[in-house]
Amino acid sequence: MTHQIRAIGMFAAVFALIALTGFTSSWNVALGIINMGLISAIMALGVNMQWGYAGLFNVGVMGFVALGGLGAVIVSMPPVGEAWATGGLRVLLALAVALGTIVAAIKLWGRMAPGRARGLAMLALLVVGFFLFRFLFDPAVEAIEAVNPAATGYLGGLGLPVLLAWPIGGALAAGAAWIVGKTALGLRSDYLAIATLGIAEIIIAVLKNEDWMTRGVKNVIGIPRSPVPYEIDLQNSPGFVEKMTAWGFDPVTASSIVVKLCYASLFTAVLLLLLWASQMALNSPWGRMMRAIRDNEVAAEAMGKDVTGRHLQIFILGSAICGLAGAMMTTLDGQLTPGTYQPLRFTFLIWVMVIVGGSGNNWGSVLGGFLIWFLWVEVEPIGLWLMDVITSGMADGSALKTHLLESAAHMRLLTMGLILLLVLRFSPRGLIPER
Amino acid sequence: MDPINAIVALLNFVVIPATAYGAQLAIGALGVTMIYGILRFSNFAHGDTMAFGAMCTILVTWLFQSWGLHLWVLPTALLALPFGIAATAALLIFTDRAVYRFYRRQKAAPVILVIVSMGVMFVMNGLVRFIIGVEDQNFLDGERFIISARTFKEMTGLDEGLAFKTSQGLTIVTAVVVVAALFWFLNRTRTGKSMRAFSDNEDLALLSGINPEKVVTYTWIIVAGLATIAGVLYGLDKSFKPFTYFQLLLPIFAAAIVGGLGSPIGAIAGGFVIAFSEITVTYAFKKVLGYFAPGGWEPDSLMQLLSTDYKFAVSFAILIIVLLFKPTGLFKGKSV
Repeated sequence: MTHQIRAIGMFAAVFALIALTGFTSSWNVALGIINMGLISAIMALGVNMQWGYAGLFNVGVMGFVALGGLGAVIVSMPPVGEAWATGGLRVLLALAVALGTIVAAIKLWGRMAPGRARGLAMLALLVVGFFLFRFLFDPAVEAIEAVNPAATGYLGGLGLPVLLAWPIGGALAAGAAWIVGKTALGLRSDYLAIATLGIAEIIIAVLKNEDWMTRGVKNVIGIPRSPVPYEIDLQNSPGFVEKMTAWGFDPVTASSIVVKLCYASLFTAVLLLLLWASQMALNSPWGRMMRAIRDNEVAAEAMGKDVTGRHLQIFILGSAICGLAGAMMTTLDGQLTPGTYQPLRFTFLIWVMVIVGGSGNNWGSVLGGFLIWFLWVEVEPIGLWLMDVITSGMADGSALKTHLLESAAHMRLLTMGLILLLVLRFSPRGLIPER
Repeated sequence: MDPINAIVALLNFVVIPATAYGAQLAIGALGVTMIYGILRFSNFAHGDTMAFGAMCTILVTWLFQSWGLHLWVLPTALLALPFGIAATAALLIFTDRAVYRFYRRQKAAPVILVIVSMGVMFVMNGLVRFIIGVEDQNFLDGERFIISARTFKEMTGLDEGLAFKTSQGLTIVTAVVVVAALFWFLNRTRTGKSMRAFSDNEDLALLSGINPEKVVTYTWIIVAGLATIAGVLYGLDKSFKPFTYFQLLLPIFAAAIVGGLGSPIGAIAGGFVIAFSEITVTYAFKKVLGYFAPGGWEPDSLMQLLSTDYKFAVSFAILIIVLLFKPTGLFKGKSV
């Protein structure tokens, strides 16, 4: 019982902090923190599944989040007909050739007897496949990217409602996780960490470079938000303006708050659903098996549990949740900007959330998500204020004072590191420990 | 057919840059592998340690430059290097006492130490950004080229130039000196031998009276030296930007793992394997093949296997291939 009271108290404290932001600066900022806090909490749930339930060390979260964002683009952006006409089918054919080559190579490796002939045959197959792929792929890409490059220059999406993109983003991430898991899950924890770090960088490199698919660093902007209204439409609707003015609100501020509230309710619904499912899973025989595998792989294997299979399963599940969160984030931002994905922000910060919240505990992850996101946003103004206080005694215009004031923005990473180290030292099981 | 020009072009665009880059990766990977061998965890903060060392060296370099202190044709950074190493060693030993020692005493699982090193990574990254900012810093002075492309063309009368930058020459010479000194230290001195003993079998080493704290302290000092040298050489060769150092983590770890974690020779081999494959796969061979092809058969396309932005994919692919076929790396590494 005391556990529960403690946990409730902590949640209350975090929401009080966010509410305080609402009172002191603005409700717009506070709702912004809540929305990203909800998304962060979902990402943390995904990582907690992998690390907390199963002890898998995945530092490729960024890649799966970005794949979710790609899902949002592919599903909801309107298709670019001209691009499809010039090279769409050829690109698809090229990708099919690439996939076919890889599958054939794997089959060949399994069928032929070991020896030099097998190696040479596989190499020859891969080389031929690669050149065939490039022969089909390169002209098609060139043609697609030449279609009105300033506005489109890519294939576009399917033009479906963006809500559909959330599960599809999750599915994309799950597919990538299946490939990674098949190759890398047999590796030891450190190797798995480096492998996932690498795969995340590769996914970002693909998003940045394959302009025919994502417009690369030119970014996809204006992703349609079908169920949530646009601020400008609300401001132009006389009914809304009348109502808000009657209640004593400024219609412009009110419109953006209403939009944020819409998102917040959608995200809360997703979070609650996932939290319920995770809790059910954790307390089911499946969850107990997972923890048994985590705590003693050898013993679990001796009991007849399929350790590799279960690891693959939970790796895919956790990554799919990260992808879902990534699709939600891209929906919230309304744009996909591959240049902004950085491992410190999208991988290691999520890890800080999980560890600080309490690994192995779903409620802990949610708490960590909100708390760390709040700090991530608020440390910058607090740092600036702190620097103002520290430098108040110094002469105006002195080099040190300017430097300190300018550097205040970089307090963030320092603070996150310190929080992680302090929690690991003094409360290694996190704020809400696993029971 | 013009094979001489082709070879010169290949040397200029592939072999020399890859050798310098490989040497930088090798020194970085040696640091990772030393920590893995002695302290038994993968140090995620290594890239940021390199950035910190390079930053200290840059600050001292600027101080020397403002005093008008120069090192003839060589970069002033060489004079500042010892100070950078000392500052980094101080930081690493402080970090060890304040952070890592607690977990070592607890005999915490290696993966916990990896997570702890994530925290250290954040702090160091923040520290570097806080002190020097996120901008590009150029601190190379002295002569820029040993041979510049134009001099080479005038000397030989070839169409292709061959540029050999001072920073590249310096990198290769320093790498040879550092590696020789490190192997001499590990194989000939008492402390070095006790470090190898500790790495091979901790219990036996403790039994024979080796002081673990001393071994650990020496390790951090050596790692500080290796990280700072690698960081400064990379900064001289390319440029100093904190974020790129963080990204070096991947090729450095790939090098250390490909060679076999815990094996110093493996780290060096791995560094060159990664560097050469990264540069070969992402280089556009149009020019080289053009010289080899008979007249009229020059290739139209760039003849580039992958765009340069996919260099991470190359490190990663090699890593996976080696791990699938030789799970402990090219040279037998250890696993905890």
